Amino acid sequence: MTRSAAPPISAVPPAVQWEAMAENALLLRFGDTIDSSLNTCVHAATAHLRERLPTLEYVPAYASVLLRFDPAHWPALEERSPHQQLGDAVIAALADLSTAATASALIEIPVLYDGPDLTDVAALTGFSIEDVIVRHGAVEYRVAMLGFAPGFPYLLGLDPALAVPRRTDPRQRVPAGSVAIGGRQTGIYPTELPGGWQLIGRTPLQLFDVAADVPSLLAAGDRVRFRAIDRATFQQIAKARSA
Amino acid sequence: MSVIVLKPGLLSTLQDAGRPGHAALGVGRAGAMDGPALQLANALVGNVDNEAAIECTLLGPTLKFIEATVIALTGATIEASVDGRPIPMWTRCQLPAGSVLQLGGMSVGCRSYLAVGGGFDVAKVLGSRSTDLHARLGYANGRALRAGDALPTGACTSQASMHHNDELTSLPWSIDPHPWFDFAFRPLALLAGKHSALLDKRSQQILHDGKFVLSKDSNRTAGRLDGHTLSLRQPLELISEATLPGTLQLPPSGQPIALLAEAPVTGGYPRIGQIAVVDLPRLAQRRPGDAVCFRPSTLDDAVRRLHEREQRLGKLIQTIQRRLRLDRTAH
Repeated sequence: MTRSAAPPISAVPPAVQWEAMAENALLLRFGDTIDSSLNTCVHAATAHLRERLPTLEYVPAYASVLLRFDPAHWPALEERSPHQQLGDAVIAALADLSTAATASALIEIPVLYDGPDLTDVAALTGFSIEDVIVRHGAVEYRVAMLGFAPGFPYLLGLDPALAVPRRTDPRQRVPAGSVAIGGRQTGIYPTELPGGWQLIGRTPLQLFDVAADVPSLLAAGDRVRFRAIDRATFQQIAKARSA
Repeated sequence: MSVIVLKPGLLSTLQDAGRPGHAALGVGRAGAMDGPALQLANALVGNVDNEAAIECTLLGPTLKFIEATVIALTGATIEASVDGRPIPMWTRCQLPAGSVLQLGGMSVGCRSYLAVGGGFDVAKVLGSRSTDLHARLGYANGRALRAGDALPTGACTSQASMHHNDELTSLPWSIDPHPWFDFAFRPLALLAGKHSALLDKRSQQILHDGKFVLSKDSNRTAGRLDGHTLSLRQPLELISEATLPGTLQLPPSGQPIALLAEAPVTGGYPRIGQIAVVDLPRLAQRRPGDAVCFRPSTLDDAVRRLHEREQRLGKLIQTIQRRLRLDRTAH
């Protein structure tokens, strides 16, 4: 069901393709790799489209964004299906997309690096525990997407030297706030969840709160930095949060 | 106004039309597995919107109604009695205060819906009262009902039409379940998925001619299909992208997985098909051990069937509303 967008538009590199994924959904694909510039493009396009076609629901991912729509609002006209009409509208709306860097929030995440898999990660990478912590905190990450569970951020930018395979025996319960590495990705478990990533630390921040005006601390496209904290600071922040 | 859960049944959850609009935060829609059955149950009790109802799974709950209440049961054919007297489905029943509604097993189908006048008025979470067991959102942090739960009910517009006596009554008419319930377990329409063409020849044939069986290991998130393992011509390494209810995934084990109402918003397995939206309620009514077959469908055909169903459903709901008004005037 993949159809090329015709004509391919030059402003959005590389060519955007759309695929009719379901009766009520169109998948816009920018590429098929995990790549920071592709992902930036996804978020720029999502923000751009949200302004122009606000009634749709958008699900950005690494290199694609899903558009969920009500096919009843796009009745077939002159033999053109709802998907063709929407696909054309999207491609037209993307024509004036600027891929210039847009401002995105930088969020600092305090982490107590005391995860149960920290020793394994050090052994697997050949670094000392201290080096793992320094390297994990040395770079700026970008939230590629939220998925798996409410508020779970998939972060781009992990030092390739820190890439470690997922655990062969996934945990039934990973504590809320756990900071973890899975393959070439790093992420944070917002709530207690089952999971197979290697746990290197935990943050006292609450990543997802349904009662808050903005339920997720992080949004796709945000920039993230980790800051190592000690146990006393962890408890202090956790206490302030629950007060 | 409240309803007390005496026995919870196998898996009873509060469900409305779902929680749209938060997928970018990793929050799926959840909502009733059989949408038309939920809508019809609500229409029968006079609820205008898709209020929260109880979705029962295989074995229903036992409930005590503190106040006189109107109820309707739709979906899978379920044993239902009030203080020992059987009550009909697909119509409206009026229960006197203090009634105990005992819901038993289902003779056909997997999910029944119990709507009450005014709906179950629990707090909305991100705009919906749906229970998302997977994401733990909704009533009581997204869990199934338990014995002892006291569920508040909302103000009932059709309550005024009730007789003020202590009799258990039902309307003299009911709606025909046949257009809304697939008693014949017909094949489900399957659209091509992004990776359908990468299945090997044998697997492509099995997918469209073979008979699968819904696994015991199925839930509101996914239906696992036993009976055949499928394979791709070569292994694929994919990056995660959006998934939807109805997405048919093929994990490395070769056992196809059909995502359902609580589908996670993203996933990274090959997508070997997409079950037509219009046929998802039919899959929701298959129980573990039931056959699941597919037939290839085009997108245009699936859109047309969905549109037709929505029109039919809308008309039926209007008819129900008109008849309920007439009944009220007659009293």
